[in-house]
Amino acid sequence: MVMTLFSEKKILSVSQLTSLVRSLLEENFEHLWVEGEISNLSTPSSGHLYFTLKDSGAALRCVMFRGSAKALRFRLADGMKIILRGRMTVYDQRGDYQLLVEYMEPQGVGALQLAYQQLKERLAREGLFAEERKRAIPILPRTIGIVTSPTGAAIHDIFKVLERRHAGLHLLIAPAKVQGEGAGAEVAAAIRDLSGYPQVDVIIVARGGGSMEDLWAFNEEVVARAIYDSTVPVISAIGHEVDFTIADFVADLRAPTPSAAAEMVAASKAQLLADCASLQRRLQQAMDQRLSAARVELHYRASALKSPELVIARMQQRVDDLSQRCSATIERTIGELRRQESDIRSRLRLSSPEQRIESDLERLATLKLRCQIAVKSSLERCGGTVAHLAATLDALSPLNVLARGYAVAELLPGGTVVKNLCQLQPGDCLRLRLSDGEAVCSVESLSPGRVDGLDSHSPRG
Amino acid sequence: MAAEKFETSLKKLEDAVSRLESGELSLDDSIRVFEEGIKHAAICSRKLGEAEKKVELLLKKRDGVLIREDFAGEDDM
Repeated sequence: MVMTLFSEKKILSVSQLTSLVRSLLEENFEHLWVEGEISNLSTPSSGHLYFTLKDSGAALRCVMFRGSAKALRFRLADGMKIILRGRMTVYDQRGDYQLLVEYMEPQGVGALQLAYQQLKERLAREGLFAEERKRAIPILPRTIGIVTSPTGAAIHDIFKVLERRHAGLHLLIAPAKVQGEGAGAEVAAAIRDLSGYPQVDVIIVARGGGSMEDLWAFNEEVVARAIYDSTVPVISAIGHEVDFTIADFVADLRAPTPSAAAEMVAASKAQLLADCASLQRRLQQAMDQRLSAARVELHYRASALKSPELVIARMQQRVDDLSQRCSATIERTIGELRRQESDIRSRLRLSSPEQRIESDLERLATLKLRCQIAVKSSLERCGGTVAHLAATLDALSPLNVLARGYAVAELLPGGTVVKNLCQLQPGDCLRLRLSDGEAVCSVESLSPGRVDGLDSHSPRG
Repeated sequence: MAAEKFETSLKKLEDAVSRLESGELSLDDSIRVFEEGIKHAAICSRKLGEAEKKVELLLKKRDGVLIREDFAGEDDM
């Protein structure tokens, strides 16, 4: 066709040419798979996406209309490397050729995984996964809400467990599609319906195992928000895999399987019965103890009130007892004092000075007598001696000597007794004492010669 | 169906027991607390004794109103 065009010299209008080019492109460039990097991304409110796909050598204008763009599970951004499927076309008004994108996925990581990561990060930042927010699961819920497929395996697993553990529970099932188109919306709606419903105290969101695509509904934002907004705790029991869905992060509790969720929610009835019985027993015992304590106190107080006479008699008895003890003590004390007194008296008597005085007087008398005797004999002895001495004295008395004719010569003046011739000189004045008086004389002459005839120079013998 | 939750009654029973066991209450208060405790023990027992097992479906009518229906899929139980 092209060759024929150019073989004739036909003059075309712009529109005609553009139309021809478009047909050429549209017929020959269908079902293309292209990879490249997004730039110049534009996301107007119309919902259509416009961007340039480029690599190092070239660039291509792309458009993804709203119908196809809606199915995108991840957000586009400049710089993102993608793979897309589409076909070439021409935007007539501007004469631009462009790629009409029907499908897009990120290069490298799967679209699903990227969407999962992006949503998870965003919701985490908003605080939907916060630990502090998570609520405790009630022990004995009045009604358990379950969001699940009414025909799936999950609900049967739950029934089996509840039957075994606690038969008398009220279950309210809000049915929802758990995979496929629109599942996310249905699950979210079911959660919201149960959340406000009277008597529903806990919600289980359950579905059996599957691939990531199968479980995709539970990674959707609507479900996450419905769980977050729930007024009662939500247990997520999704799949049997190790991977967590976003619903698992938002839920108040994550159970690895629907059976496990049923276990968590239905505490053993027997255990609860035992707990209640035990509490009731303790209550009764505590009350009994309290009562018997009160009774004991009452009895005690009442017995004191029983008869006043008894009380008085007791008091009297006490008084008697005390006064008797009192008297005994007084008597004992008086006896004690008396004993002490007589004891002191006898000791006094023994050591009385009268006797001493008497004996001393006796001694004195004896001594006096001895003294007298002694003095008397002494006097007699003295008298004897005196007489003897008097006689001797008399014999020696110079008066007697004088009476015999001797005289005492004294040299005058001075009165010195003359014993030797040498004391004298002729002419000296002498006083002669005679027995009956004195005579004053003078010395006429001196002549030595001893009376006894000895020589004056010889020693006296 | 009693309005009070099992958990609330259980908690009140536990409180009554511990207050009574403390021995610090007057006789009047002891009796009052005891009666309160017995009342809640009775509620708990009754709730536990409720053997009524009920499984229902919550369905939304076209006009948005929610209704309950007995769940039919229990044949294998």
